[in-house]
Amino acid sequence: MRYLPKSAADREAMLKAIGARSIDDLFSPIPAEYRLKRDLKVPRQMAESEIVDWFRQRSRENGDEYTSFLGAGAYLHYRPVIIDSLISRGEFLTAYTPYQAEVSQGTLQSIFEFQTMISELTGMEVANASMYDGSTASTEAVLMAVRLTGRRSVVVARSLHPEYREVLATYAHHQGMPLSTVSFGASGRVDLKELERSVTTDTACVLIQSPNFFGTIEDVAGVADITHKNGAMLVVAISEAVSLGIVEPPRQADIVAMEAQSFGVPLGFGGPYCGVIATREQFVRQMPGRLVGQTVDKSGKRGFVLTLATREQHIRREKATSNICTNQALVALMANIFMTVYGKIGLRELAKQNLAKTSYAALQFGKHAEVLFDGTPRFNEFVVQTKEDPYVINSRLLGHKIIGGFPLKKFFPELGNAALWCCTEMMTRSAIDTAVGMLAESEAGEPAPETEEVAR
Amino acid sequence: MKHVTRKATRHVNQNEGLIFEKSSPGKAAWKLPPLDVPEVDTAKALGASERKDLGNMPEVSEIEIIRHFTRLSTWNYAIDLGMYPLGSCTMKYNPRVNEVVTRLEGLANGHPYQPEKISQGALRILKTLSECLIEITGMEAITLQPAAGAQGELTGLLLVRGYLQSKGNPRKKILIPDSAHGTNPATAATVGYAVENLKSNSAGMVDVEALASQMNEEVAALMLTNPNTLGVFEQEIAKIAEIMHAKGGLLYMDGANMNALVGKVRPGDFGVDVMHLNLHKTFSTPHGGGGPGSGPVAVKQMLEPFLPTPVVVAKSDGTLGFDYNRPLSVGRVRAFYGNFGMFTRALAYIMANGPDGLRQTTEDAVLNANYIRKGLEGAYELPYSTPSMHEVVFSDKIQAKKGVRTMDLAKRLIDYGFHPYTTAFPLIVPGALMIEPTESEPKEELDLFIEAMRSIAEEVEEDPQIALNAPHSTRVSRLDEVAAARKPILRWKPSNS
Repeated sequence: MRYLPKSAADREAMLKAIGARSIDDLFSPIPAEYRLKRDLKVPRQMAESEIVDWFRQRSRENGDEYTSFLGAGAYLHYRPVIIDSLISRGEFLTAYTPYQAEVSQGTLQSIFEFQTMISELTGMEVANASMYDGSTASTEAVLMAVRLTGRRSVVVARSLHPEYREVLATYAHHQGMPLSTVSFGASGRVDLKELERSVTTDTACVLIQSPNFFGTIEDVAGVADITHKNGAMLVVAISEAVSLGIVEPPRQADIVAMEAQSFGVPLGFGGPYCGVIATREQFVRQMPGRLVGQTVDKSGKRGFVLTLATREQHIRREKATSNICTNQALVALMANIFMTVYGKIGLRELAKQNLAKTSYAALQFGKHAEVLFDGTPRFNEFVVQTKEDPYVINSRLLGHKIIGGFPLKKFFPELGNAALWCCTEMMTRSAIDTAVGMLAESEAGEPAPETEEVAR
Repeated sequence: MKHVTRKATRHVNQNEGLIFEKSSPGKAAWKLPPLDVPEVDTAKALGASERKDLGNMPEVSEIEIIRHFTRLSTWNYAIDLGMYPLGSCTMKYNPRVNEVVTRLEGLANGHPYQPEKISQGALRILKTLSECLIEITGMEAITLQPAAGAQGELTGLLLVRGYLQSKGNPRKKILIPDSAHGTNPATAATVGYAVENLKSNSAGMVDVEALASQMNEEVAALMLTNPNTLGVFEQEIAKIAEIMHAKGGLLYMDGANMNALVGKVRPGDFGVDVMHLNLHKTFSTPHGGGGPGSGPVAVKQMLEPFLPTPVVVAKSDGTLGFDYNRPLSVGRVRAFYGNFGMFTRALAYIMANGPDGLRQTTEDAVLNANYIRKGLEGAYELPYSTPSMHEVVFSDKIQAKKGVRTMDLAKRLIDYGFHPYTTAFPLIVPGALMIEPTESEPKEELDLFIEAMRSIAEEVEEDPQIALNAPHSTRVSRLDEVAAARKPILRWKPSNS
């Protein structure tokens, strides 16, 4: 086996040194009746070339070379090539969690920079060294608010990513935390009147997303007023991080729960991504996840360490702020490099291109179908309501190697045939025009009978 | 004279400030293509929501970024540089073909919501890996959704709760041995269970009599790591499972130490009902400085209806798809389908090994640990003489007489060119040195390690100050963690530069 660095003679010599007759001696603590006496039924040992071939085949079966209008919590942005060059360095790739600071300063300093940039971009004072993803970051942010307020009820915007909502529900269920939902109004934003009725002095926090699941930018200040008036905390989730280049961050929030996938992390069929929690300094001791802090060494030299570990499971066990241990360090490093490449000016210009493509697309789609929540500021997604079933439209587009917008009926049956379309800087005008043209054709005529196979 | 290559030597490396300290207006590492649609008046499009300024975000050029991160990287120790004997972490070689297949265009750019019709490649990977892991663990069903080991534990306990609830009573407590990882009790608390501690016996194993007396109808499950954190196989595992099952409880296995078992014994065969795996340990996906991990949870059939949604199913037309319609499911624990990029890596690892390679891997991992154990006997106190599997735990009892503790020994090991072992864990061994070499170490590296550790033990006898002031050869030494926690500086600001 090519990964194993021992010759038969090495093994022999080592067994002899140990004083064992055979390798079986070393497995004698396992009761004989349980020891496996056959080969595992897994694929036979393959050559590297065979492995690459097998995966290449799978890659070809997986939407390779399609143009996609999908967003909905996972975004296709250009990834500068130096991200992979740098994260492929073995010193980053094959290092462990930086508990031993003297031999981990590279990872530690880069996380410190990551925490700084996330703080800058979110308008918060501190950020952690990453969480699993946006959905779990949102959930952990809510649990954090519950600890901080000593209250248990949570109000969740229906315009939050539905899968984030599902994850929160899973966690909340066993913690005896009542969840209530507040719907969106005709503007696509949280219905403030309903929010006013939902938030009480029992409410620990309000969880919204901005830009929300429909791409609409929420009235964060309005939501914050109602929330804070009742002594509750405001948690704002952000699933499209590039929006922070041009959209005012939710400065009125108490906690920001972010998905940083847009910052140079491949779509990768849903993961690994990079969640982050950012908050105000005063709340940091209730924040879950690893944190890097600046300090000095014994000779006074600047250095970095993992800090405030007394919040964490390996010290506090069942009294920890969270059970989280592993974070997404390597993915956070991708995001870190992405943020460094684009920086202060580039991130804004990148976001502007997203905005421009989306404005153009929404305008074109709007000529042939209804664009919902039109009038309300949005970032790079918009909702198109059609007469025809979006799955049928998408099946037709798929024949032209285009993946259409995300049909919303699965999560929002009340929106009928609406679909969520996304245009990042990667989208071309010609692809937009093609998609609009095909949608216009079907919208102009009678809805086509469902003769063709519908792709779901 | 025979030429001996020592493990480490001093070498010049570069100093490097924070990226913000290199930033100046006008530098850029980016270039966007010309816009093919009309520009947008951002003030008009966004109104009050328009952001005007990005604060202290850096402005640097591409070569500066390359040098910045390359310089930082050289300050890290890594598996690629040498043995990384962290007990319980399974720091094995991370094969590069894993990285290559994960970056294939169709997989790297696959959108989680793209139609199933054009997701067959990804679905096939999910299914194939699931089948392999079910076979390796001897279980009957699996979810790949949990993002890491701790989330796997959480998912596993949710399944336990869901199942017991369906039988009428979710019960109140989880039994956890005192040798367990901190994530175990933290997870039990997250799922709303009370934690009851279970004492180890003098051999470092579960005290079966204590278990029998503590087990009752209030206990939902026992969370057992096997081999446990001492690297000891729980020889009475059958009896343990029997005690749990007789009172209607379940046996949860923390699979952190699965690297000692793959291809040799299957947890499903010795009575485990539910377990998680750490793909970033046993299945070679890179630790990457702390993550990402991946924590699939494998279960026996009776827990299958409770698995998180969605699950992969074969459809009548022969294609694969997701099934979301699972009324008994405990729900979703993460958006989308889990850390897919770790699945491709783990599967590539399994394929590169095959059944024979997986078995040999386990044998070598156990051989290496026992070789180290033999090599260090006498120099360090061995608190439990029970046979070791894939890792061995010593204590600093001998060195402590000179005032040198496990952390000091670990810091001194850095000077010899090794990453430290795991210090001060498991908690049942005061001053623990927990050493897990994995299968990836050649005999030569193991010999160097043994020599280094023996040399450190001798130094302590002669001059304890050497270890107490170590490391001596690193950029920084003995960082002030107390000051860091007392007045946390968690981000750069122009004023603290």
